[in-house]
Order: sequence, then structure tokens, then C-alpha cells
Amino acid sequence: MKLKQLEGLLGDLQQFSNPKVELEQYPTGPHIASRMLFTAENSYGDITGKVVADFGCGCGTLSAAASLLDAACVIGFDIDPQSLETASLNADELEVEIDFVQCDITKLELKGQIVDTVVMNPPFGTRKKGADMEFLSAAMKVASQAVYSLHKTSTREHIKRAALRDFNAKSAEVICELRYDLPKLYKFHKRKEVDIAVDLWRFEPRQN
Amino acid sequence: MRLITHNMLSCNIKGVTNGFPLKVEAEKVIEKEIDFNPDFLRRMFAKIEWKALVEAARSLGYAELPEDSPDATVIESAADESLLKKLHHALLELHLEEGALVCPETGRKFPVNKGIPNMLLHEDEV
Repeated sequence: MKLKQLEGLLGDLQQFSNPKVELEQYPTGPHIASRMLFTAENSYGDITGKVVADFGCGCGTLSAAASLLDAACVIGFDIDPQSLETASLNADELEVEIDFVQCDITKLELKGQIVDTVVMNPPFGTRKKGADMEFLSAAMKVASQAVYSLHKTSTREHIKRAALRDFNAKSAEVICELRYDLPKLYKFHKRKEVDIAVDLWRFEPRQN
Repeated sequence: MRLITHNMLSCNIKGVTNGFPLKVEAEKVIEKEIDFNPDFLRRMFAKIEWKALVEAARSLGYAELPEDSPDATVIESAADESLLKKLHHALLELHLEEGALVCPETGRKFPVNKGIPNMLLHEDEV
């Protein structure tokens, strides 16, 4: 599938109808999502034929992208039932098979080494300090091949240090820097739209 | 939820030591055909908990898998893919739509609605 085609399909997905600020629910736009998964497959071969988990999947944009790139099995995890319902409808709409599980990522322990790749757009830890690190820690325990994640560019050094020192990463590299445009979703947002610099990371776990 | 997902979920209530595998109570099961990918299945065979899969498949009404984990040479064989096709069906084509996953140690039920298991723990369980 071509990048443009993937981005187009993701653009039709439904997003949060009633976003919850405490969960830092921001949609992953089709531009970022398509580039993230496209790179994961075309540069590293981490999606097609793999078991892919999407942590904090929200409305399932990254899950859908993984399915469209022919992941063998995709599983989306989220704490919020309304988001999962939308994600499930999105999967039906695209006619892709995705399993969804309602759970708290930070309390999740998955058995075995079934998951190859974790993709996620975690909370940036703006509302709940450290939420981004909790997600990264959980992802590194589950993935046997690679973790793709988005983090604010301003936290780059911190992320790198924590990944290598605390989360058992063999490598941690920023693949590209992206602009994440945040539409005015919440009342406390003063400006109509802002974009913030985010890094797309690829982490490789040491063999667990 | 399909059984490949079931094969990695466990009950993480504080203090529980044997929260795997979760028992399956099925009220509604559906089947959806998907493409057969023998290489993927061979790779998964090395990773899954066979007994957990056999039991869960039975709970969903599919009893074709052998009780004991088959020899890897049978799985590797390109001549006869009948066992791989059964594995394919059990792992990827059966969906638990309505029912529950039950902790083998405490009996705590995690409901499954519209195919989505709710694994959230209560405050006194974490």
C-alpha cells in the first residue's frame, strides 16, 4: 500500500467524540500515524506478518494502520470503553480484524513473547506526570522486536537515558521529528491550534 | 477477542500467583475466515501456551486440537498442513463475542462484551 493511500484511509476514521483530558486523549492524526507505521514497515519490516500491540489505542488509528499494512494480528489496549467502542466501529468500517482489550496499561502483564511490535502514541505526561514513562516501561516488557512511540522533543535526553538505563533497551533512536498539530479540543486551550515538536522513536528491547 | 489474545492475558489481582490461563465462559462465539499464513503459524507455535489454547478452544466449542502439544517436526512439515489449519482456526478465526474470562485462582470474572474483555481491576484488587 502506498503512503498516500494509507493516509487517506486513516483520514476517514472517527475520532474522540468526547475527549477526556485526564487521559490526555488527543487523536493521532492520519499524517503522523501513516508515516509512523509506514516507516516501521518499510525501513525495518516490523509490521507485515507480525503481532502488533497498540498501547493506549484510543480510537484505534495506529491499530488500523498496522492492519492495513498486513500485520498478522493487531491488538489494541485502552482504559476507556467509549474509545474502544469507536475503535471497534472503525475496524468494522475498514473491514480489518483487530482485537481490543480494556485495561490499565500500567497494570498489564502479558504472558509470553507473542507480541513482536508495540506501537503507541502515549499520553505525554502533561496532565499526569510520568504517564509517558509508564507506557514506555510497559511496552518494553511486552515487545520482543521493537517499540515505536511518540514523545515530546523537549524530553529527548530524558527518554533516551531512561530507555537505556531503566527499561532494558538495547537501542533507542529518534527516527524523525514531526509536528503534532493539536486542534483546540479542550476549554483550557487558549489558542486555536498549536503544533508541538514530537519525536518518533524506535526502541529495541534486549532479549527478555 | 480471539484466542491468540487470550493466550497472553492473565489475572493480575494483587497476590494472585496463578492467574494464567484464564478460563473461558462463552455465551456467544462467532467465526470469521481470514487468510491462512503457515509461516506465521509456525512462528507462533513456538511461542504460545499449547494447553491454554486447547482448553480455551474447547470452551468455544472447537475440540479439534490434540490435547498434547504436537511435535515441532509435525508443525514444520510442509507436506501436511492439516494441523496448522486447525491451529489457524483456533488462534485467529474464533471470536469470543459475549461471555467472561475467569481467574483460575480466585474465580474473579472479567466480562467480555461486544468482543472486548474488560480486564480493569477494582481499587481493592491492585
